[in-house]
Amino acid sequence: MGNTSSMLTQYDIEEVQQHCNKAFSQQEIVSLYERFCQLDRNGGGFVSAEEFLSVPEFAVNPLSQRLLRMVDGLNFKEFVAFLSAFSPRATLLQRIEFIFKVYDSDGNGKVTFNDMLDVLHDLTGQFISENQRKQVLTQVLDEAGYTKESLLVLSDFVKILGSSGLKMEVEVPVD
Amino acid sequence: MSTNQGKLKPSSSELDLDRPNIEDYLPSGASIQEPHGKLRLSDLLDISPILTEAAGAIVDDSFTRCFKSNSPEPWNWNVYLFPLWCFGVVFRYLILFPARAIVLTIGWIIFLSCFIPVHFLLKGNDALRKKLERVLVELICSFFVASWTGVVKYHGPRPSMRPKQVFVANHTSMIDFIILEQMTAFAVIMQKHPGWVGLLQSTILESVGCIWFNRSEAKDREIVAKKLREHSQGADNNPLLIFPEGTCVNNQYSVMFKKGAFELGCTVCPIAIKYNKIFVDAFWNSRKQSFTMHLLQLMTSWAVVCDVWYLEPQNLRPGETAIEFAERVRDIISVRAGLRKVPWDGYLKYSRPSPKHRERKQQSFAESVLRRLEEK
Repeated sequence: MGNTSSMLTQYDIEEVQQHCNKAFSQQEIVSLYERFCQLDRNGGGFVSAEEFLSVPEFAVNPLSQRLLRMVDGLNFKEFVAFLSAFSPRATLLQRIEFIFKVYDSDGNGKVTFNDMLDVLHDLTGQFISENQRKQVLTQVLDEAGYTKESLLVLSDFVKILGSSGLKMEVEVPVD
Repeated sequence: MSTNQGKLKPSSSELDLDRPNIEDYLPSGASIQEPHGKLRLSDLLDISPILTEAAGAIVDDSFTRCFKSNSPEPWNWNVYLFPLWCFGVVFRYLILFPARAIVLTIGWIIFLSCFIPVHFLLKGNDALRKKLERVLVELICSFFVASWTGVVKYHGPRPSMRPKQVFVANHTSMIDFIILEQMTAFAVIMQKHPGWVGLLQSTILESVGCIWFNRSEAKDREIVAKKLREHSQGADNNPLLIFPEGTCVNNQYSVMFKKGAFELGCTVCPIAIKYNKIFVDAFWNSRKQSFTMHLLQLMTSWAVVCDVWYLEPQNLRPGETAIEFAERVRDIISVRAGLRKVPWDGYLKYSRPSPKHRERKQQSFAESVLRRLEEK
């Protein structure tokens, strides 16, 4: 797949579609490619953190730094795979998996108390003290039957989030 | 304006004062937290709304859309149309372009041979010199417009020279200035450019009273604000023309107006400019091409067709802030020129948004968490 060419071949599109488990239609993949090329201003074949942060709507998001770690330097195929959790065709499990990956920053398959505390810090900034955050988290964990030392795995996340209707869909504009 | 490497730095807090509340405009699909019921673990772990907003911004965002060049639909895609298109290309590049270049050269020769004597010989007689220089600048701008076969339709009363009035217009390219200047010699406030444009700025445009600023200097704003105020009070200065967007936008959208033009205590006369995309995309994407390339592109197109509307002068209403006034005028211009409004500051092209917006989101989430903790 050419980094500098802005033409996707049919073969490329099918390869990308396979890689994201058919989460996007071929039309959507073409649109996403246009968008990818638009973001990748220096034509390096991947979108750098700087280029993502030049989108003001993204830069003001509280979780932008966490997401940057996951999306920085991805090529187009991986970029589409990253976004596949937001496709209307994604399953609930795929969405929960994505959320799990956001929490599990070291990628070892286990979410610790500190991981959850870090995300809560990103979400609340300086408006709750560190102690209050610990308190809140300990309390809700306790009520759900976990402790401070619990290591949550994906199946725990599925149990916790499985019943809340996760609304996590993004529409890809197709001309 | 060749900041094509996109070195972003956090914006100074001064820029914040220019914007009304962005939260009113931002598309927040789902609120960050459903504000009822006791706080549970699933509520804390469910970050899906925030993730959706972030993913939505990655896939499509209103700010980037403002600076997208409008490449026309290729119409030469079949056997019959392609030769026609080739003929068109040959005609444009080999016949039109040289003819236009000659016209422009003649114009420059006439202009310089009049301007240089007038500028130096009439040093003592300021009033006459200024009058002549004004006419000459209008003349060279007409030559420029002719060199792109500019077809400009002006609507509305021609601007008059009165003190205590400023003109504001939407900004698509530096040629906006030339198109307006050929009708009336405005004193414009512009970013100081390098190269031949900068040379023109410091010699010829000085004579009509133009003011320069440097976007990258923070202190510059106060100096410029002072110069603006002084100029607008003067009775025999050329009318001041300001592009409050602060950057070139692609003529489909309008970004937020900076309030500087609206707090000078003057009447604000809005001007709306709309280019006809069928003939050429007049948007100067300064990240993609230099001004010279942009001019060459215009000179090898069929024509530059645009409409200019001089709209009804507006005054600050009692109880209205400068920002509200700016937004009201932006509304008037956007409606007239068929532009969609976006809530972003044009300078976000060069700097990051201030942390204030993220903090607002964090604050509302934090408050909701604490409140729900109390509920039984």
